[in-house]
Formats: sequence, structure tokens, C-alpha cells
Amino acid sequence: MNTHNFGDSQSTITPLHDPLASPAPDAKTEVRNTTCYMCACRCGIRVHLRDGEVRYIDGNPEHPLNGGVICAKGSSGIMKQYSPARLTRPLRRKPGSDRGAGEFEEVSWEETFSILSERLGKIRATDPKKFALFTGRDQMQALTGMFARQFGTPNYAAHGGFCSVNMAAGMIYTIGGSFWEFGGPDLERAKLFIMIGTAEDHHSNPMKIAISKFKREGGRFISINPVRTGYSAIADEWVGIRPGTDGALLLALIHEIIALGLYDRDFLVRYTNSGQLVNLDDAHDEFGMFVRTEVPEEEGCYDPQNKLWWDRNTNKPVVTHSEGADPFLFGEFKLADGTPVKPAFQLLQERVKDYTPEWASGVTGIPVETIRRLAYEMGITARDETIELPIAWTDSWGKEHESVTGNPVAFHAMRGLAAHSNGFQTIRSLAILMSLLGTIDRPGGFRHKAPFPRPIPPCARTPNTPLAVKPNTPLDGMALGWPSDPDDLFVNPDGSPVRIDKAFSWEYPLSVHGLMHNVITNAWRGDPYKIDTLLIFMANMGWNSTMNTVEVRKMLNDKEQNGEYKIPFIVVCDAFHSETTAYADLILPDTTYLERHDVMSMLDRPISEFDGPVDAVRIPVMPPTGECKPFQEVLIELGTRLKLPAFVTKEGSRKFRDYPDFIVNWESEPGSGIGFLAGWRGKGGEKSLIGEPNPKQWEMYEKNNCVFHYELPRSYQYMRNWNKGYLEWSQRNRITRYGEPILIHMYSEVLQKFRLAAQGRGITRKPPAHLAKRIETYFDPLPFFYEPLETQSSDKQKYPLAAVTQRPMAMYHSWDSQNAWLRQIHTHNYLYINTLTARDADIADGDWMWVESQWGKVRCMARHSEAVEPGTVWTWNAIGKAAGAWNLSPNANESQKGFLLNHLISEELPANPDGSRYSNSDPITGQAAWYDVRVRVYKAEAGEPGQTSPQFEPLQRYPNMKEPPKWFAYFGGKKGGKK
Amino acid sequence: MTQLALVIDLNVCVGCHACVTSCKEWNTSGAAGPLCDENPYGADPTGTFFNRVQTFEVGQYPNTETVHFPKSCLHCEDPPCVPVCPTGASYKRKQDGIVLVDYDKCIGCEYCSWACPYGAREIDMKQKVMKKCTLCVDRIYDTGLPETDRKPACVMACPTSARLFGDVHDPESVVSKAIRENAGYALMPEWGTQPANHYLPRRKTNLKIHGDELERVDNPLKVDGKLPKPSKSDPTLDDVTTW
Repeated sequence: MNTHNFGDSQSTITPLHDPLASPAPDAKTEVRNTTCYMCACRCGIRVHLRDGEVRYIDGNPEHPLNGGVICAKGSSGIMKQYSPARLTRPLRRKPGSDRGAGEFEEVSWEETFSILSERLGKIRATDPKKFALFTGRDQMQALTGMFARQFGTPNYAAHGGFCSVNMAAGMIYTIGGSFWEFGGPDLERAKLFIMIGTAEDHHSNPMKIAISKFKREGGRFISINPVRTGYSAIADEWVGIRPGTDGALLLALIHEIIALGLYDRDFLVRYTNSGQLVNLDDAHDEFGMFVRTEVPEEEGCYDPQNKLWWDRNTNKPVVTHSEGADPFLFGEFKLADGTPVKPAFQLLQERVKDYTPEWASGVTGIPVETIRRLAYEMGITARDETIELPIAWTDSWGKEHESVTGNPVAFHAMRGLAAHSNGFQTIRSLAILMSLLGTIDRPGGFRHKAPFPRPIPPCARTPNTPLAVKPNTPLDGMALGWPSDPDDLFVNPDGSPVRIDKAFSWEYPLSVHGLMHNVITNAWRGDPYKIDTLLIFMANMGWNSTMNTVEVRKMLNDKEQNGEYKIPFIVVCDAFHSETTAYADLILPDTTYLERHDVMSMLDRPISEFDGPVDAVRIPVMPPTGECKPFQEVLIELGTRLKLPAFVTKEGSRKFRDYPDFIVNWESEPGSGIGFLAGWRGKGGEKSLIGEPNPKQWEMYEKNNCVFHYELPRSYQYMRNWNKGYLEWSQRNRITRYGEPILIHMYSEVLQKFRLAAQGRGITRKPPAHLAKRIETYFDPLPFFYEPLETQSSDKQKYPLAAVTQRPMAMYHSWDSQNAWLRQIHTHNYLYINTLTARDADIADGDWMWVESQWGKVRCMARHSEAVEPGTVWTWNAIGKAAGAWNLSPNANESQKGFLLNHLISEELPANPDGSRYSNSDPITGQAAWYDVRVRVYKAEAGEPGQTSPQFEPLQRYPNMKEPPKWFAYFGGKKGGKK
Repeated sequence: MTQLALVIDLNVCVGCHACVTSCKEWNTSGAAGPLCDENPYGADPTGTFFNRVQTFEVGQYPNTETVHFPKSCLHCEDPPCVPVCPTGASYKRKQDGIVLVDYDKCIGCEYCSWACPYGAREIDMKQKVMKKCTLCVDRIYDTGLPETDRKPACVMACPTSARLFGDVHDPESVVSKAIRENAGYALMPEWGTQPANHYLPRRKTNLKIHGDELERVDNPLKVDGKLPKPSKSDPTLDDVTTW
């Protein structure tokens, strides 16, 4: 190297600029703890303030969820707080302007509340279902759901239906718990970890911490995914799979595990319904149901223990779990009355008989030998690497165990399995595989998080009649629930849906999180009826949260012949200038997470750990910006003005001063001791989980890192489905009403009940004739594989590729991609395409290209990749934006080079012969089938503009929004400083 | 003599960018700040970051590795950016080996960025001075911080603990041990810059399965009596031979 030596490389010269000196030595500094909400993980954070401005946000080392670490989003909270896209005043659409044009005028909160209470008051007094409330995230649904119920509308849900409801429903209807907030892989003790169908980020810091430790301790990590990014990147092995075929792989693995005898027989016998005898008398109304016998029934029992085994020792039918009995898992028997029966496990084995690795290889694209090896690895690790912990516990049948044992094979799965129309049965297959390996709530396998496990299904029910919806009356039941049979469906006498989204109807019977993705289309079409007011909170339904974005935007702006909007009144609560706010008649400016009180409640989706319940709070660390108001405060105020019973005294006067007051003092019923927060209850904060309201509860949370962690005794931390001590504890603390063992549903009677109804059997309600076949087909009590519905309806010659999306880690949960720092990481997205697939279509890396489905087409840029299986193309969701939205300049990369794949995905399947249309969803749960779409790709013509298509008229700034600066030099808390 | 450095474990880095923004966040309001952004809300936004993650693919489908590669100033033991600096703004601290830029001397001539073979330096287009990773020198000696917090922001943030921090000259330090035991390596040693930062490579865990592990006396199929037994009517030697 030829360099001039100008200086001494080990300098002794004192620098002019002292690199250690504080740039603001006299500033007032303060550190305040709260809970992050840059994504839905909800880590503990420390917000460092300097002269009242945010100088730094880091992880709280004392917090059980993140232990001090923080992600890219959490570290960029400052740019959310000071974003020029913030909405700071309530806004009303200018009279005469069109929706979508973004022309607004400022209104006061007082006026806003009068507009709302007048309009909503009229709806409530006449027909409450004409008001629909749909929210983007589920983690505030204890309050939002309560508001809707108190209002009396059935039309309420959060985003679960278009996110991952199949994951919740498929697992909860099988094992009484699920992934993420409900439970997860115990990587602390696992030896083999299989991540299947998990977008690169789900979930965030806790999973990153766990995977890293797992790998460093020598665990083996296998990722099964069409794409290798994020977590999959550090897997020891990546298995590329075709989207929508995971069910085929899982069934083949079940086939192998059973065929080789690699299942945990003791676990299956005692803790699942594998040994229970199924009635196979085809002439009987109970066909396919478990045979029941007369046993003394415990009063108020949810799941009586009255089923039978065929005992190997006595060769006779006996009540399950009889002392000394051991059931046949295979075979065919006849009861004394001649009824032919088989153990459920026999039926499972028959079901998977033809699901061979050879068959699955053809469906999934995974080599036969890989499928076999995966089964061997899982089975042998589970069998030979068993864990034994010296923890004595007693099971539900009174048997004392000296230790807790486990088989160290852990799984994690999410939307890659869920967001397909065959997702429910796929996820049932996964839960059954996990159970075969004996890994449910055991060390090294899957572990529950409080308040899970729940009975199967959980006890909450919606009403089952339209009579539950009455003027000026709360809804008689929950807006969302867990149907256990056809009589639980929320339908009219003719079988038609009561809800606007058709949830809990015969079209989507187990739609436990609703179908938010169909609300706008249904309301626009007036099918099943018209509504008046749609209130949307924190969901970008005019852009990336909706399918069929172009058409949905038209629907939002569509008018009747009389000039009235088809959806007459739209209210949007959001903190930012999103695409959806442009379609609002009234905008409610929300605060950021740093400006509000909030709870992560046991009534909702708390942040529990494997070892016990955890809930948390947010405490405002800054005053609200402008006139922003937390949505919680809006609901409390509105509820009070509308005199909803929960929010007013018997005399009709205000019951709660504000949201913090509500949180402290609200009880599920007077004197129940059950409130939103589980910590520091009782008059002086001496009680946990249940207890009288404590006026100092917020202060006590604040002093304790804003988090309450109740660590269960070790003997209650495992085997909780069947752990007598835990279930009694859970009953005593009112976490659950029922204390019976929660047997795993290898065979699902719930599904069989719907099938029987569809076959016209039994005394329950029957589906309308046109839906009977659909119910009979998909409500199979045993898992099965079928090609996703949209795929079935696509011309696969014309559209040979699958197209999927995921969010980049730095934009997890799709929020904050407008953030000044994060958008420098991902400014626009590409369509990732396997190099060979691209070359076949003559598309070079970086070329402009078209991707087209039967529904629409998008022009975008290609990026060649070797990390995607050849039959799949994919892109990052969350980056592409409409021009001008989020106060980005109209020529920003997000709108000019970024794109949404949503334009290619329909919210409905092609029309049925009678013209009716089903949602593009799982026929069991109504889960949005985002990943079923089929596409083709071709190169853009030479003369086409280098710009993504479709484009939209740029959204203008709203009043009070400033033009963002050309240069930005953020420096927190240096008054009059370098900003 | 102390040489502080980062050791980055590519075996666990998932490319989440926590190190990128936590660094920006700390330093923009710290002694080295602000870190300016041009067009923060417009076309082609670009700003100063001390640390970036590059992601690339290695190999061909299906034998593909996706590598996330965080990169910042490597605090070379013989840093080529220092001798080329005409004003002496670029310097290496004797006490801890951290390479710094003295903004008050820097004239923004960019010689150092041309000299750096790793592309680790970034000119702040607004302030016209050269900026780079300081190893959070304004954190690690700050006695106002709890001792556990006296680490670079990126190290504190990293959710997978992929970033280790310490003295690579102390054979007993966490970083020296990690380098020694996990085949840690420096980038482009052929340049003779002796980067203090090191990387740990990907390490694979495999499971060897022996065929006979599938045959066990405790196979539950034996209990359940369903090990497939041929039917009496199936063909046997008896059908074709008489002996």
C-alpha cells in the first residue's frame, strides 16, 4: 500500500472534539419505563427523555419478555413519535368532497363526540347491528369487544380473521392452546426445532432470543418454508416447500410416525382421545361420535368422562382411564348391543394410510427421502432424548407422578400454514403430529401460556339467535365465541347469517375471529344487509390490510342512485395519515404508544410466559401531541354519552372518570374481583389475579417495570391439560370455570357434529341445502388434505406459480414502514423469483415485469433469488404505499417502485353457479386465504414506464400537516439545537 | 494494550436490523450526533448510519444459504484511514484502540473513505464531515450509566446476542474466547489492516440416524399388536416347492 504517513496511527494528540463529552450536559434527563408497541410483541422498554424529548429507547433488562434487548422497530420509536404523518386534530370530510380525495376540515372533540353520539344513539335505538366496529389488532379487544357488546351490535371483530385465525382455531380445537400469545416452543429444553410456515419474523424478540440460545447450545433447527430468509437463514437445514401443501407433508409425517411405531403410546393413551371408541353404525344418528356410557356426572361439567376404551387386559369395553385398564389403539370391536366401534387411533391410521411420503413428495416438491428422514429425526429424537425433571405432580385422574417427562421436539408455525383455505385441517395435522410425538405442555416440546389451556372448545359463545340483537340493549352473548356444535351458530331461523361478515354462519361456522376482510364488500353489496356506520380502528382497510385493494377502494367511495354512500358513514381512528383515513367521514386522531395508558390484559391476549401469567401496562411518558386522544378514552367517553350500562351508574351518570379509572375500578360483575389487570389487586395491592379494585394499581405497576409476573409452582408448570393441581388453581383463580382434564382431540367430535348435521342426522340445526355438501366435505373429524380453493379454481396452466408475502423484520406487523429510519432499510420492494423461473420467462434481475392473477395484475421489479423454491414468487408486504400517503412525497420510492400484491388477491372466490360468492377463506374458519393466489409472470414491454402499476391519485396533506423537511438531523432534547 | 472490538456471530444473526437502528438512535443524539438524513420522507432517502446489515445468498437452489452480514468500522489495528487523513482528524486511540474521527478537524475530503477497504465510513452530506462507528465510546466509559449498560448500543439491543464486545488482546475475554473456539475470522486479512472486529462463521448441527435405531423392542406397535403380519392366505414357499 502506498500511503503518506501524515499522522501517528496511535495518536497521542488531544482531539479538539471530545468524543466522550455529553453534548447536552445541562439538560434534564429522565428514564421512564413502559411497554413497546412498535409491534404486537410488547417488550418492556426504557424511554430516556432529555428536556422532555425522547433521546433514546432501549429494552428494559428487568422485563420477562425481552430481558433488555430491543428490535429495529423498537429502536426507531422516536421516528414514530415525531413523524410528520401524525394526525393531531379530529377531522371531518369537507361537505361536497369525495371520499378518498382527502379533503378535510378540523373539528373539535366536542363536536366529534356530538356527531358520533347522535348518530350512534339513533342506530342503537333502532337497529344496533347497523353499527359495525372492526379493529386492526386483537390486543385491545377486551375493551373494544365490550364496547360493541354493550352497544348491542353483533358486528365486531379484530384482525384475526385476516391474519392467523386458522392457527388459533386449528390448535385450540385440537390441544386447547396455540402458538404465540397462547403458547410456544420450549427451546430452552428442545433438541430438535422445526419451524414450518413461519414468516421471517413471527414472533419477534422472544423468538430471536430463544433461537439463538437454542442454536448455541447445539440444538438442531430445521426450517420448512418456500423461502429462506430471516429465521430460516440460520436453520441447520432448509426444506423448500410449495405453498399450500404443508398439510400433505404433515400427513405423510404422521403416516411414517405411526407406521414405524415412533409415537408416544403412553402419552396418546392417557392424554388424548386416541383410545376412545367411535360409533361406526352408519344407520345411527350418533355415527362417528364417541360411544358414551352412564357415569355419575359431576354437576356443571363441561366434558363428562363418560367415553369408552376397549381394554386389552379384559378384552372388554371400559370407561376411559379405569384403574388398571389399557386400551387397544388399533382394532375393530362390537359392543354388547352390536354397535361396531373402532378406537379413534385406528381411524387416524386408516386415514393416513395413503398419505405416503411418495404421495406427499409429488404434492410438496420435497424429495421422498427428505420426508422420511424428517419423520425419523422427529420420532427418534422424541423417543431417545427424553427429559425427566424432578417435579412431582398429580394428574386429573388422581395418579401421582414422581417426575415431569418430555420429548424434546418443538415446533413453531404461523401464517404460512394458516393463510390458506386448507389451513385449518393443515394445522389440525400439525397439532396431531405434535401430540403423536408426545410433546404437548411438556419440557422441550410445546408449552402453554396462561390463560391457556382452555377447554375444547373454549366456553365463550356468541348468541345463537337474531333475538339477541335488540334496540337499546347489550348483545345477549359475546360477539365472538367458540361454537361446539351447530346449535351454537349465530344464524337466523332460515340459516342465514346474523353478522355482517357472515361469521358463525353455515358458510364459515368456526370463524372464531370473524371475517374482517369481507366487511366492506358485504356492507357495500348489502349482503346480508346494509349497515349505517363503520368504525375502523388501526387497520389499513383502504390499502395493505384488505384484499382486492383497487375494488375495495371503489366500494368505499361508491354511492346509491340517490347520491348517498353505500356505506353511509365511515369513522377511522388512526395515529397516521394512512390510505384508509382518506375514505373516512370522520377521523379520530389516536396517540402513539408513548402517550397513553394501556393494558395487556388476561381478559385479552396477555404476554404470559410458560411458567405463569404475565400482564403489563403502558404508562404515558409524553403528553399527547396536539389534540390526539387515545382510542380507549374515546370509547369510554362515547360509552358514557351513549349510556351503555357498563359505563354509567344505574341513574345514568358517568361511572368512570377516564380510561385509567375504568381499568382500576371495572369488575366483570360487582364484587367479582375480576378486572383488566391481574397484578396488585385488593385494597392495598396485596392480592393477585382476583381481588377488589386497588386505587394505587397503576402506581404499583409503574414501580414494577409496568409488568406483573405470577410464577406458578413448578408442579403446575407442565402437563396443564391434565394437571389436577393446575386446573384447580386455575378454577380457584377464575381463569377457567371447568376443571376437567382437557384431552387432546386427535379425533374431533366437534367437526363430526357439523358433518352429521350436514348429512341430515341428529336433532341439531341443519344447514341450508346449498351448504350441506360444503359442510360435509370440510368438517371431517380426521385431518385430510385438499388443494386450496382458489388454487382449485385457477387455470394452473395459465397461472403456474404461487405468490406469497411476508413482512421484513424491520417492518414487523406492517406498522411504521413510513418511519424515517426504517424506510431507509426497505424503501421499496421487489418480486423475488427463482433464477431459473425468471430466466425461463426472459426476466433479468432488476427488470420491470408484470405479475398477474385471474383477478388483476401488478407491474413491479424482479429480483432473482436462489432462496425461493422455483414454483413460488414472493415479496415484502407493508412497504408499497399509495402516492402521497403517510405524508411521504408523491414521488417516494414506496409508491413509485413499491407495490402491493393485494391487487392480485380477491376477497371472494369466483361466483358459484347461482351467482352467490364465498369469501376467499377457509370454509371452516373464514381465515383469509392470502397465500392461495396463483400467478403468471412476464417481462414488461420496452416502452413501459419504470413505475409500479397500478398507481393512484396522490393523497394530499390534511389540515395542520406540514411538509416534511428535505434534511433531518434528529437530536433529542437539545433545545434550539441542531434539528 | 487494550483493543476493543466487536465479534459478530453469523451463526445466530437473523438480519433483524436492531443493531442498525439502535446505533442510529443512540448516536444521533450522542456525542457523535446528529446523524443526518436527506429526504427522510421523500424519494431515495439516504442518511448516515454507522452500522448496516447486508444480506446475500450463497449457492444455488436448493443448496442455498442466506447470509445476514452486519458491517461497521472494524477498528483495524493498522487502520489505513488514519495515515491518509491530511488534518489528523482520523485517529486511533491509544488507550483502547478505537478508531475515531475528530469532527472539529475533519474537512470532509473523503480520503479516509477511499482508503478504507471495507466501505465502513460515511460522509455526512449535511455537515460535510466523515462519520463512523465509535464503539459507543460515549457509553462504555460513562459512569453515569449502570455498569451493565456500558456497552455499545448495538450490543445491548441485539436480540440474538450475535454481537459480543470486549478486548481482543485479552486472551481471557469473551471475545477472544469466542474467536478461538469458533473459528472466528477477520475480513480480508490480505490487506494487512488487522481488523479488530471479527466474525464467527455458520456452524451446522446434524443428526446422524443409524438404521437400527428404527428397530426397537419397545416399539409400541408390538404392544398394540398391529405390526403387519402377513395373512395365512398370502403366497409362501409352500405354494411352489415340495422339497
